[in-house]
Amino acid sequence: MPNKLTKLVINCETKEQIEVELTDEEIAQLEADRAKAEVDKAAKEAEDAAKAEAKAELLAKLGITAEEAALLLA
Amino acid sequence: MASTYKIIDKAILSSSQASIEFTGLGSYSTTYTDLLLMISLRSDNGNYFDNLKITFNSNTTGYKYIAVGGNGSAAGSDVFTSDPADKIIGIINGDTATSNSFASGSIYIPNFSSSNYKSLSIETVNETNASSAYMRIASNMWSNTAAITSVKLQPYSGSNFLTGSSAYLYGIKNS
Repeated sequence: MPNKLTKLVINCETKEQIEVELTDEEIAQLEADRAKAEVDKAAKEAEDAAKAEAKAELLAKLGITAEEAALLLA
Repeated sequence: MASTYKIIDKAILSSSQASIEFTGLGSYSTTYTDLLLMISLRSDNGNYFDNLKITFNSNTTGYKYIAVGGNGSAAGSDVFTSDPADKIIGIINGDTATSNSFASGSIYIPNFSSSNYKSLSIETVNETNASSAYMRIASNMWSNTAAITSVKLQPYSGSNFLTGSSAYLYGIKNS
């Protein structure tokens, strides 16, 4: 993060709006959140891929297509 | 517009900001019962969408979330029943969405000053000229009995909300 990040703080009581530089702690939290977002995204993609694979295996085992399975469940 | 529904304040970004924070809401606790945020947001996330986070009173725990949504071709759902649930509440535009487009949404917070847990209802839609764009309806719970005195909005994956993003905060009273 090359530039110093700022946040907009709106004091609804005084109607004052100020840009405040993020503290080192807030920047660390932001970076941790972004890293977690990447991990979560990878985990979700892996989960979706595993589900798709399991579904394909089940359909193959049953000898029917996805469309035929949908008809059975309709 | 009903006289019981009035704007408290607004944020219209003329430069990128890591978050938008409305403070001083304690002074409205006797004037309004509910809060409504109308949002138009875009983050610098390198994708066509991003998630939106909310934090009350700078408190990072006690958030739970359930949502249903779709992307134009498939339906989906998300449930986060265990804290911290990342404080996610909705979907917004990322930086590869159609240029100059912003996600739209509303966040309704009833009884923001009560001593009960705070429930929220959220509708958000991702705007982009493509075959896939997300929309989400969500229910959130902040398991905290404190009156809400500040509300912070923040992109989940991106570092900043981009210029042109806006958030309007309304107060609503029940009589």
